[in-house]
Amino acid sequence: MRVRFWGTRGSLPVALTAAELRMRMARALVAARGRKFSGQREAESFLDELPRGWAHTWGGHSSCVQIELDGPRDQAREFVLCDLGSGVRRFGQELLATLGRDMRCTFHVFMSHLHWDHIMGFPFFTPAYLPGNTVRIYGGHANLRAAFERQQDAPSFPVPLSALGARLEFVQLEPDRRYDIAGLNVKAKLQRHSGGSYGFRFERNGRAVVYSTDSEHTLEAREEIDGFVDFFRDADLVIFDAMYSLADVMTVKADWGHSSNVVGVELCQLAGARHLALYHHEPIFGDERIAEIEAETRRLEEITRAGRSPLQVTAAWDGLEIEL
Amino acid sequence: MALSTSRCADVLLLRPKGRIDHNNAEEFADAVKPYLADCKAGGDSLIFDLSELEYISSAGLRVLMLVSKNVGPNGGKVALAQPQRVVGEILQISRFKYVFPIHDTVAAGIAALSPDAAAAYART
Ligand SMILES: [Zn+2]
Ligand SMILES: [Zn+2]
Repeated sequence: MRVRFWGTRGSLPVALTAAELRMRMARALVAARGRKFSGQREAESFLDELPRGWAHTWGGHSSCVQIELDGPRDQAREFVLCDLGSGVRRFGQELLATLGRDMRCTFHVFMSHLHWDHIMGFPFFTPAYLPGNTVRIYGGHANLRAAFERQQDAPSFPVPLSALGARLEFVQLEPDRRYDIAGLNVKAKLQRHSGGSYGFRFERNGRAVVYSTDSEHTLEAREEIDGFVDFFRDADLVIFDAMYSLADVMTVKADWGHSSNVVGVELCQLAGARHLALYHHEPIFGDERIAEIEAETRRLEEITRAGRSPLQVTAAWDGLEIEL
Repeated sequence: MALSTSRCADVLLLRPKGRIDHNNAEEFADAVKPYLADCKAGGDSLIFDLSELEYISSAGLRVLMLVSKNVGPNGGKVALAQPQRVVGEILQISRFKYVFPIHDTVAAGIAALSPDAAAAYART
Protein backbone atom coordinates (compact mmCIF):
# COMPACT_ATOMS: atom_id res chain seq x y z
CA MET A 1 0.00 0.00 0.00
CA ARG A 2 0.97 3.60 -0.49
CA VAL A 3 -0.68 6.57 1.15
CA ARG A 4 -0.87 9.86 -0.74
CA PHE A 5 -1.93 13.06 0.97
CA TRP A 6 -3.91 15.43 -1.26
CA GLY A 7 -5.19 17.74 1.47
CA THR A 8 -3.90 18.00 5.03
CA ARG A 9 -5.31 21.29 6.33
CA GLY A 10 -8.15 21.46 8.83
CA SER A 11 -11.36 23.47 8.69
CA LEU A 12 -10.59 25.80 5.79
CA PRO A 13 -8.20 25.77 2.82
CA VAL A 14 -5.38 28.29 3.00
CA ALA A 15 -2.59 29.49 0.70
CA LEU A 16 0.78 31.14 1.10
CA THR A 17 0.42 34.88 0.70
CA ALA A 18 2.49 37.06 -1.62
CA ALA A 19 4.13 38.74 1.37
CA GLU A 20 5.14 35.39 2.86
CA LEU A 21 6.52 34.16 -0.43
CA ARG A 22 8.60 37.31 -0.94
CA MET A 23 9.90 37.17 2.61
CA ARG A 24 10.97 33.56 2.11
CA MET A 25 12.64 34.17 -1.23
CA ALA A 26 14.57 37.11 0.17
CA ARG A 27 15.59 35.04 3.17
CA ALA A 28 16.86 32.20 0.97
CA LEU A 29 18.82 34.65 -1.18
CA VAL A 30 20.42 36.14 1.90
CA ALA A 31 21.23 32.66 3.21
CA ALA A 32 22.93 31.80 -0.09
CA ARG A 33 25.51 34.53 0.65
CA GLY A 34 26.47 35.04 -2.95
CA ARG A 35 26.87 31.34 -3.69
CA LYS A 36 26.72 30.48 -7.41
CA PHE A 37 24.47 27.73 -8.77
CA SER A 38 25.04 26.08 -12.13
CA GLY A 39 21.36 25.29 -12.54
CA GLN A 40 17.98 24.51 -11.06
CA ARG A 41 19.11 21.21 -9.58
CA GLU A 42 22.03 22.68 -7.66
CA ALA A 43 19.81 25.49 -6.44
CA GLU A 44 17.24 22.99 -5.23
CA SER A 45 19.79 20.98 -3.31
CA PHE A 46 20.81 24.21 -1.59
CA LEU A 47 17.17 24.61 -0.53
CA ASP A 48 17.37 21.22 1.17
CA GLU A 49 20.07 22.64 3.45
CA LEU A 50 17.76 25.37 4.76
CA PRO A 51 15.61 24.93 7.87
CA ARG A 52 12.54 22.78 7.21
CA GLY A 53 9.97 25.58 7.36
CA TRP A 54 11.78 27.86 4.87
CA ALA A 55 11.71 26.21 1.47
CA HIS A 56 8.88 23.81 2.16
CA THR A 57 5.17 24.36 2.42
CA TRP A 58 2.72 22.00 4.02
CA GLY A 59 0.05 23.18 1.61
CA GLY A 60 -3.41 24.37 2.30
CA HIS A 61 -6.01 21.97 0.91
CA SER A 62 -8.59 20.50 3.20
CA SER A 63 -8.80 16.79 4.07
CA CYS A 64 -8.27 14.20 1.36
CA VAL A 65 -6.07 11.11 1.54
CA GLN A 66 -5.67 8.35 -1.01
CA ILE A 67 -4.82 4.79 -0.16
CA GLU A 68 -3.15 3.39 -3.21
CA LEU A 69 -3.24 -0.33 -3.74
CA ASP A 70 -0.19 -2.09 -5.15
CA GLY A 71 0.30 -2.29 -8.90
CA PRO A 72 1.25 0.11 -11.67
CA ARG A 73 -0.39 3.49 -11.30
CA ASP A 74 -1.46 3.87 -14.91
CA GLN A 75 -3.32 0.55 -14.88
CA ALA A 76 -5.33 1.16 -11.73
CA ARG A 77 -9.08 1.48 -12.18
CA GLU A 78 -10.13 1.25 -8.56
CA PHE A 79 -9.28 4.03 -6.14
CA VAL A 80 -9.66 4.45 -2.41
CA LEU A 81 -9.99 7.87 -0.82
CA CYS A 82 -10.66 9.22 2.65
CA ASP A 83 -12.72 12.42 2.66
CA LEU A 84 -13.48 14.81 -0.17
CA GLY A 85 -11.98 18.09 0.99
CA SER A 86 -10.55 20.57 -1.49
CA GLY A 87 -7.51 18.31 -1.97
CA VAL A 88 -9.55 15.91 -4.12
CA ARG A 89 -9.73 18.35 -7.04
CA ARG A 90 -6.04 17.90 -7.76
CA PHE A 91 -6.33 14.13 -7.49
CA GLY A 92 -9.09 14.23 -10.11
CA GLN A 93 -7.06 16.49 -12.41
CA GLU A 94 -3.99 14.28 -12.26
CA LEU A 95 -6.05 11.18 -12.93
CA LEU A 96 -7.68 12.83 -15.89
CA ALA A 97 -4.27 13.71 -17.29
CA THR A 98 -3.12 10.09 -16.93
CA LEU A 99 -6.20 8.15 -17.98
CA GLY A 100 -8.17 10.54 -20.17
CA ARG A 101 -11.91 11.16 -20.12
CA ASP A 102 -12.89 7.57 -20.91
CA MET A 103 -11.38 6.34 -17.66
CA ARG A 104 -14.13 3.96 -16.42
CA CYS A 105 -13.01 3.93 -12.84
CA THR A 106 -14.56 3.13 -9.48
CA PHE A 107 -13.87 5.42 -6.55
CA HIS A 108 -14.38 4.12 -3.04
CA VAL A 109 -14.63 7.08 -0.70
CA PHE A 110 -14.68 6.78 3.09
CA MET A 111 -16.18 9.80 4.80
CA SER A 112 -15.06 10.64 8.33
CA HIS A 113 -18.08 12.96 8.59
CA LEU A 114 -19.96 15.54 6.60
CA HIS A 115 -18.57 18.84 7.81
CA TRP A 116 -18.00 21.20 4.97
CA ASP A 117 -14.20 21.02 4.93
CA HIS A 118 -14.50 17.29 4.26
CA ILE A 119 -16.99 17.46 1.37
CA MET A 120 -16.18 20.79 -0.30
CA GLY A 121 -13.91 19.29 -2.96
CA PHE A 122 -16.52 16.99 -4.45
CA PRO A 123 -18.24 19.51 -6.77
CA PHE A 124 -14.79 20.05 -8.34
CA PHE A 125 -13.92 16.37 -8.68
CA THR A 126 -14.04 16.05 -12.46
CA PRO A 127 -14.27 12.23 -12.63
CA ALA A 128 -17.71 12.51 -10.95
CA TYR A 129 -18.96 14.28 -14.08
CA LEU A 130 -17.81 11.52 -16.46
CA PRO A 131 -20.21 8.74 -17.49
CA GLY A 132 -18.69 5.29 -17.03
CA ASN A 133 -17.28 6.12 -13.60
CA THR A 134 -18.74 5.00 -10.30
CA VAL A 135 -18.33 6.95 -7.08
CA ARG A 136 -19.28 4.89 -4.04
CA ILE A 137 -19.36 6.92 -0.85
CA TYR A 138 -19.17 5.02 2.44
CA GLY A 139 -19.66 6.44 5.89
CA GLY A 140 -21.18 5.93 9.28
CA HIS A 141 -23.68 8.76 8.98
CA ALA A 142 -27.23 8.12 7.84
CA ASN A 143 -27.53 11.40 5.94
CA LEU A 144 -24.60 10.96 3.53
CA ARG A 145 -26.59 11.64 0.36
CA ALA A 146 -28.45 14.60 1.83
CA ALA A 147 -25.19 16.38 2.73
CA PHE A 148 -23.83 16.01 -0.81
CA GLU A 149 -27.15 17.03 -2.34
CA ARG A 150 -27.46 20.12 -0.24
CA GLN A 151 -23.94 21.22 -1.09
CA GLN A 152 -24.75 21.27 -4.80
CA ASP A 153 -28.32 22.58 -4.62
CA ALA A 154 -29.15 26.12 -5.75
CA PRO A 155 -28.17 28.71 -4.78
CA SER A 156 -24.88 27.17 -3.56
CA PHE A 157 -23.70 25.51 -6.80
CA PRO A 158 -24.82 25.50 -10.44
CA VAL A 159 -24.82 21.71 -11.00
CA PRO A 160 -27.10 19.59 -8.81
CA LEU A 161 -25.87 16.21 -7.62
CA SER A 162 -28.48 14.48 -9.80
CA ALA A 163 -26.84 15.91 -12.94
CA LEU A 164 -23.46 14.21 -12.42
CA GLY A 165 -22.45 11.79 -15.16
CA ALA A 166 -20.92 9.18 -12.91
CA ARG A 167 -22.96 6.58 -11.11
CA LEU A 168 -23.25 7.70 -7.49
CA GLU A 169 -23.86 5.32 -4.61
CA PHE A 170 -24.04 5.86 -0.87
CA VAL A 171 -23.33 3.03 1.54
CA GLN A 172 -23.83 3.35 5.28
CA LEU A 173 -21.33 1.34 7.34
CA GLU A 174 -21.80 0.11 10.86
CA PRO A 175 -19.00 0.90 13.28
CA ASP A 176 -16.88 -1.90 14.76
CA ARG A 177 -17.75 -4.30 11.93
CA ARG A 178 -15.29 -5.63 9.39
CA TYR A 179 -15.99 -5.05 5.70
CA ASP A 180 -14.11 -6.16 2.60
CA ILE A 181 -14.07 -3.26 0.20
CA ALA A 182 -11.80 -2.81 -2.82
CA GLY A 183 -9.44 -5.48 -1.55
CA LEU A 184 -9.12 -3.82 1.84
CA ASN A 185 -10.37 -5.02 5.16
CA VAL A 186 -12.08 -1.96 6.64
CA LYS A 187 -13.38 -1.17 10.11
CA ALA A 188 -15.02 2.07 11.23
CA LYS A 189 -14.91 3.55 14.71
CA LEU A 190 -17.18 6.23 16.13
CA GLN A 191 -15.23 9.26 17.42
CA ARG A 192 -16.00 12.28 19.57
CA HIS A 193 -16.80 15.25 17.31
CA SER A 194 -19.75 17.53 16.74
CA GLY A 195 -22.34 15.31 15.02
CA GLY A 196 -20.00 12.33 15.42
CA SER A 197 -17.15 11.30 13.14
CA TYR A 198 -15.72 7.95 12.10
CA GLY A 199 -12.16 6.74 11.97
CA PHE A 200 -11.25 3.98 9.53
CA ARG A 201 -8.75 1.20 9.85
CA PHE A 202 -7.65 -0.36 6.55
CA GLU A 203 -5.77 -3.64 6.40
CA ARG A 204 -4.26 -5.51 3.50
CA ASN A 205 -1.50 -8.10 3.25
CA GLY A 206 -0.48 -7.67 6.87
CA ARG A 207 -0.26 -3.87 6.61
CA ALA A 208 -2.55 -1.46 8.45
CA VAL A 209 -3.36 2.23 8.00
CA VAL A 210 -5.63 4.19 10.32
CA TYR A 211 -7.36 7.38 9.23
CA SER A 212 -8.56 9.16 12.36
CA THR A 213 -9.41 12.81 11.93
CA ASP A 214 -11.78 15.26 13.58
CA SER A 215 -11.66 13.33 16.80
CA GLU A 216 -11.33 14.71 20.32
CA HIS A 217 -9.84 12.59 23.07
CA THR A 218 -10.56 13.43 26.67
CA LEU A 219 -8.83 10.21 27.79
CA GLU A 220 -10.82 10.30 31.02
CA ALA A 221 -12.38 6.87 30.71
CA ARG A 222 -10.27 3.74 30.51
CA GLU A 223 -12.58 2.32 27.80
CA GLU A 224 -11.95 5.35 25.61
CA ILE A 225 -8.19 4.87 25.75
CA ASP A 226 -8.41 1.11 25.29
CA GLY A 227 -10.78 1.55 22.35
CA PHE A 228 -8.35 3.77 20.46
CA VAL A 229 -5.29 1.77 21.43
CA ASP A 230 -7.02 -1.28 19.98
CA PHE A 231 -8.01 0.62 16.85
CA PHE A 232 -4.41 1.85 16.32
CA ARG A 233 -2.82 -1.46 17.37
CA ASP A 234 0.44 -2.21 15.48
CA ALA A 235 -0.61 0.11 12.64
CA ASP A 236 2.05 0.93 10.07
CA LEU A 237 0.63 4.43 9.82
CA VAL A 238 -1.82 6.44 11.92
CA ILE A 239 -3.16 9.62 10.33
CA PHE A 240 -4.17 11.68 13.35
CA ASP A 241 -6.02 14.92 14.00
CA ALA A 242 -3.35 17.03 15.73
CA MET A 243 -4.95 20.39 15.10
CA TYR A 244 -4.46 21.97 18.52
CA SER A 245 -1.98 21.90 21.36
CA LEU A 246 -2.91 19.72 24.33
CA ALA A 247 -3.30 22.82 26.52
CA ASP A 248 -5.75 24.34 24.04
CA VAL A 249 -7.77 21.12 23.82
CA MET A 250 -8.12 21.16 27.60
CA THR A 251 -8.93 24.86 27.96
CA VAL A 252 -10.30 27.29 25.36
CA LYS A 253 -10.86 24.64 22.69
CA ALA A 254 -12.38 21.93 24.87
CA ASP A 255 -15.33 20.31 23.06
CA TRP A 256 -14.26 21.76 19.70
CA GLY A 257 -13.82 18.17 18.52
CA HIS A 258 -10.09 18.01 17.81
CA SER A 259 -6.99 16.49 19.29
CA SER A 260 -3.29 17.21 19.76
CA ASN A 261 0.16 15.95 18.84
CA VAL A 262 0.77 14.90 22.45
CA VAL A 263 -2.23 12.58 22.56
CA GLY A 264 -1.29 11.27 19.10
CA VAL A 265 2.14 10.25 20.37
CA GLU A 266 0.72 8.68 23.53
CA LEU A 267 -1.92 6.62 21.75
CA CYS A 268 0.53 5.47 19.06
CA GLN A 269 3.07 4.49 21.72
CA LEU A 270 0.48 2.52 23.69
CA ALA A 271 -0.68 0.85 20.47
CA GLY A 272 2.78 0.05 19.16
CA ALA A 273 2.13 1.94 15.92
CA ARG A 274 5.12 2.64 13.66
CA HIS A 275 4.40 5.98 12.04
CA LEU A 276 2.31 8.93 13.18
CA ALA A 277 1.18 11.45 10.57
CA LEU A 278 0.04 14.73 12.13
CA TYR A 279 -2.99 15.84 10.15
CA HIS A 280 -5.80 18.44 9.90
CA HIS A 281 -3.40 21.33 10.55
CA GLU A 282 -4.79 24.50 12.09
CA PRO A 283 -5.33 27.00 9.22
CA ILE A 284 -3.85 29.82 11.30
CA PHE A 285 -0.48 28.05 11.43
CA GLY A 286 2.20 28.99 8.93
CA ASP A 287 4.85 26.59 7.72
CA GLU A 288 7.38 27.56 10.35
CA ARG A 289 4.89 26.82 13.10
CA ILE A 290 4.07 23.41 11.61
CA ALA A 291 7.79 22.69 11.26
CA GLU A 292 8.20 23.56 14.93
CA ILE A 293 5.31 21.28 15.93
CA GLU A 294 6.79 18.45 13.86
CA ALA A 295 10.21 18.87 15.50
CA GLU A 296 8.68 19.07 18.99
CA THR A 297 6.53 16.01 18.40
CA ARG A 298 9.60 14.05 17.29
CA ARG A 299 11.36 15.22 20.40
CA LEU A 300 8.43 14.19 22.61
CA GLU A 301 8.49 10.72 21.08
CA GLU A 302 12.19 10.49 21.71
CA ILE A 303 12.15 11.54 25.37
CA THR A 304 9.15 9.32 26.21
CA ARG A 305 10.16 6.28 24.16
CA ALA A 306 11.22 4.26 27.22
CA GLY A 307 12.57 1.17 25.50
CA ARG A 308 9.86 0.96 22.83
CA SER A 309 10.81 0.78 19.18
CA PRO A 310 10.87 4.27 17.66
CA LEU A 311 7.68 5.86 16.38
CA GLN A 312 8.28 7.86 13.22
CA VAL A 313 6.56 11.26 13.21
CA THR A 314 5.69 13.31 10.13
CA ALA A 315 3.59 16.44 9.84
CA ALA A 316 1.67 15.43 6.71
CA TRP A 317 1.73 17.83 3.76
CA ASP A 318 -0.16 18.12 0.49
CA GLY A 319 1.82 15.90 -1.87
CA LEU A 320 3.39 13.61 0.72
CA GLU A 321 3.54 9.92 -0.17
CA ILE A 322 4.21 7.23 2.41
CA GLU A 323 5.09 3.75 1.27
CA LEU A 324 4.01 0.93 3.57
CA MET B 1 3.47 7.62 41.85
CA ALA B 2 3.59 8.85 45.41
CA LEU B 3 2.41 12.21 46.72
CA SER B 4 3.91 13.96 49.72
CA THR B 5 2.69 17.28 51.00
CA SER B 6 3.60 20.12 53.30
CA ARG B 7 2.20 23.54 54.03
CA CYS B 8 3.75 26.99 54.26
CA ALA B 9 1.17 29.46 55.60
CA ASP B 10 -1.50 29.79 52.91
CA VAL B 11 0.38 27.75 50.28
CA LEU B 12 0.09 24.02 50.01
CA LEU B 13 3.06 22.16 48.58
CA LEU B 14 2.35 18.96 46.69
CA ARG B 15 5.27 16.80 45.67
CA PRO B 16 4.40 13.98 43.24
CA LYS B 17 7.15 11.44 42.77
CA GLY B 18 7.79 8.97 39.96
CA ARG B 19 5.61 8.71 36.85
CA ILE B 20 2.06 9.85 36.19
CA ASP B 21 0.56 8.14 33.16
CA HIS B 22 -2.78 6.77 31.95
CA ASN B 23 -2.57 3.92 34.44
CA ASN B 24 -2.29 5.99 37.58
CA ALA B 25 -3.61 9.46 36.71
CA GLU B 26 -6.84 8.66 38.52
CA GLU B 27 -4.87 7.66 41.59
CA PHE B 28 -3.05 11.00 41.36
CA ALA B 29 -6.40 12.82 41.09
CA ASP B 30 -7.73 10.99 44.14
CA ALA B 31 -4.57 11.78 46.09
CA VAL B 32 -4.85 15.50 45.30
CA LYS B 33 -8.60 15.78 45.92
CA PRO B 34 -8.59 16.14 49.75
CA TYR B 35 -6.27 19.16 49.50
CA LEU B 36 -8.54 20.87 47.01
CA ALA B 37 -11.20 21.13 49.69
CA ASP B 38 -8.77 23.14 51.86
CA CYS B 39 -7.99 25.45 49.00
CA LYS B 40 -11.65 25.89 48.21
CA ALA B 41 -12.54 26.70 51.79
CA GLY B 42 -9.67 29.04 52.54
CA GLY B 43 -8.66 30.38 49.13
CA ASP B 44 -5.22 28.85 49.61
CA SER B 45 -2.81 28.46 46.73
CA LEU B 46 -1.14 25.30 45.52
CA ILE B 47 2.32 24.63 44.26
CA PHE B 48 3.43 21.43 42.64
CA ASP B 49 7.07 20.67 43.35
CA LEU B 50 7.99 18.62 40.27
CA SER B 51 11.60 17.95 41.21
CA GLU B 52 10.92 14.25 41.74
CA LEU B 53 8.44 13.75 38.91
CA GLU B 54 9.99 11.75 36.06
CA TYR B 55 7.14 11.75 33.55
CA ILE B 56 3.63 13.10 33.16
CA SER B 57 1.20 12.07 30.42
CA SER B 58 -1.78 14.00 29.06
CA ALA B 59 -3.97 12.30 31.65
CA GLY B 60 -1.76 13.69 34.43
CA LEU B 61 -1.80 17.15 32.87
CA ARG B 62 -5.58 16.92 32.82
CA VAL B 63 -5.51 16.46 36.59
CA LEU B 64 -3.40 19.62 36.96
CA MET B 65 -5.99 21.42 34.83
CA LEU B 66 -8.85 20.18 36.99
CA VAL B 67 -6.97 21.33 40.08
CA SER B 68 -6.62 24.83 38.70
CA LYS B 69 -10.31 24.93 37.73
CA ASN B 70 -11.18 24.02 41.32
CA VAL B 71 -8.78 26.33 43.08
CA GLY B 72 -9.04 29.36 40.82
CA PRO B 73 -12.62 30.48 41.52
CA ASN B 74 -11.84 30.87 45.23
CA GLY B 75 -8.91 33.16 44.69
CA GLY B 76 -6.23 30.47 45.02
CA LYS B 77 -3.51 30.10 42.43
CA VAL B 78 -1.71 27.06 41.07
CA ALA B 79 1.96 27.09 40.15
CA LEU B 80 4.52 24.51 39.11
CA ALA B 81 8.13 24.47 40.24
CA GLN B 82 11.42 22.84 39.45
CA PRO B 83 10.47 20.38 36.72
CA GLN B 84 13.06 17.84 35.62
CA ARG B 85 14.24 18.13 32.02
CA VAL B 86 11.77 15.65 30.50
CA VAL B 87 8.76 17.04 32.35
CA GLY B 88 9.90 20.57 31.48
CA GLU B 89 9.95 19.62 27.81
CA ILE B 90 6.53 18.00 28.05
CA LEU B 91 5.18 21.24 29.57
CA GLN B 92 6.67 23.15 26.63
CA ILE B 93 5.47 20.78 23.89
CA SER B 94 1.96 20.51 25.32
CA ARG B 95 1.90 24.34 25.73
CA PHE B 96 1.02 23.88 29.41
CA LYS B 97 3.79 26.32 30.18
CA TYR B 98 1.34 28.99 29.00
CA VAL B 99 -1.37 27.69 31.32
CA PHE B 100 0.61 27.54 34.57
CA PRO B 101 3.42 29.72 35.85
CA ILE B 102 6.53 27.53 36.03
CA HIS B 103 9.28 28.47 38.46
CA ASP B 104 12.85 27.26 38.49
CA THR B 105 12.80 26.62 42.22
CA VAL B 106 10.14 25.92 44.82
CA ALA B 107 11.30 28.98 46.79
CA ALA B 108 10.74 31.23 43.77
CA GLY B 109 7.31 29.68 43.20
CA ILE B 110 6.23 30.23 46.79
CA ALA B 111 7.59 33.77 46.80
CA ALA B 112 5.49 34.53 43.73
CA LEU B 113 2.33 33.13 45.35
CA SER B 114 2.44 34.58 48.86
CA PRO B 115 4.86 36.67 50.98
CA ASP B 116 3.59 34.95 54.17
CA ALA B 117 4.33 31.56 52.72
CA ALA B 118 7.73 32.71 51.49
CA ALA B 119 8.63 33.79 55.01
CA ALA B 120 7.42 30.48 56.42
CA TYR B 121 9.32 28.56 53.72
CA ALA B 122 12.54 30.47 54.54
CA ARG B 123 12.27 29.24 58.13
CA THR B 124 11.99 25.57 57.13
ZN1 LIG C 1 -12.40 18.93 9.66
ZN1 LIG D 1 -15.35 18.32 11.59
